[in-house]
Amino acid sequence: MAAGTIDRNGASGRSATRRTVLQGALGLGVSLVIRPAVGASAPSLDSAIRVFASEAPVKVGRVVLDVAPLVENGNAVPVTVSVESPMTATDHVRRIAIFNELNPQRDVAVFTLGPRAGRARVATRIRLATSQRLVAVAQMSDGTYWQHAVDVIVTLAACIES
Amino acid sequence: MARALITMPATAKKGEVIEIRTLIAHPMETGYRRGDEGSVLPRNLIRRFSCVYDGETVFSAELFAAVAANPLISFSTVAAASGTLTFSWDGDNGFAQTERVAITVT
Repeated sequence: MAAGTIDRNGASGRSATRRTVLQGALGLGVSLVIRPAVGASAPSLDSAIRVFASEAPVKVGRVVLDVAPLVENGNAVPVTVSVESPMTATDHVRRIAIFNELNPQRDVAVFTLGPRAGRARVATRIRLATSQRLVAVAQMSDGTYWQHAVDVIVTLAACIES
Repeated sequence: MARALITMPATAKKGEVIEIRTLIAHPMETGYRRGDEGSVLPRNLIRRFSCVYDGETVFSAELFAAVAANPLISFSTVAAASGTLTFSWDGDNGFAQTERVAITVT
């Protein structure tokens, strides 16, 4: 199709046409290569954490993400997040978020706690599409962020079979 | 009405930290899977969960597609006063369910 249009508008002779056609083909190839790359890198794990922490530094520690390192069934993986905190009115955990690396969406869950939670410990069951890294991030009442990352191997993935 | 299970102590001492486990029957359809005919199954998720105790939200959660079907949420709260804990789940397609459990605090 592109070649036909160029032929009709052809500036001067055959070589010019061939050059335009080749350039067009090159452009097409580039666009085909670039598109999937953009799709895969769109929301990375790091950027999801940065958005959650509103660009504040996220330190390692205080948070423990407890998940089995080898998961047989990715459809329901038990996870527990506990945060070291006295949970008093002046010093408590405000939010706990769980992120994944390779599911279709980075977010897994965001929990909002307060001093009345008494203990900074939440548990749920999640889906894992494949072997990947999981990160739990906690926001404290003083505005600091802490995280813990765990690599999980999944033998039977979720989300593929109906 | 979906079936919901809430496990928590019926009585507690004042100031004691009690653990609450909630489970609700829900498919948590992600919106990424394809059905038998090859068409994408529409998303049907529970998006929010909250626990209100004595008129104050003590815990809430935002859930995404990566939460497993029949979502289990386990958390804790401080037994402050005798009263009712109200648990609500809200989601796609107007899904809304509320359960109430009484607690006696001594």
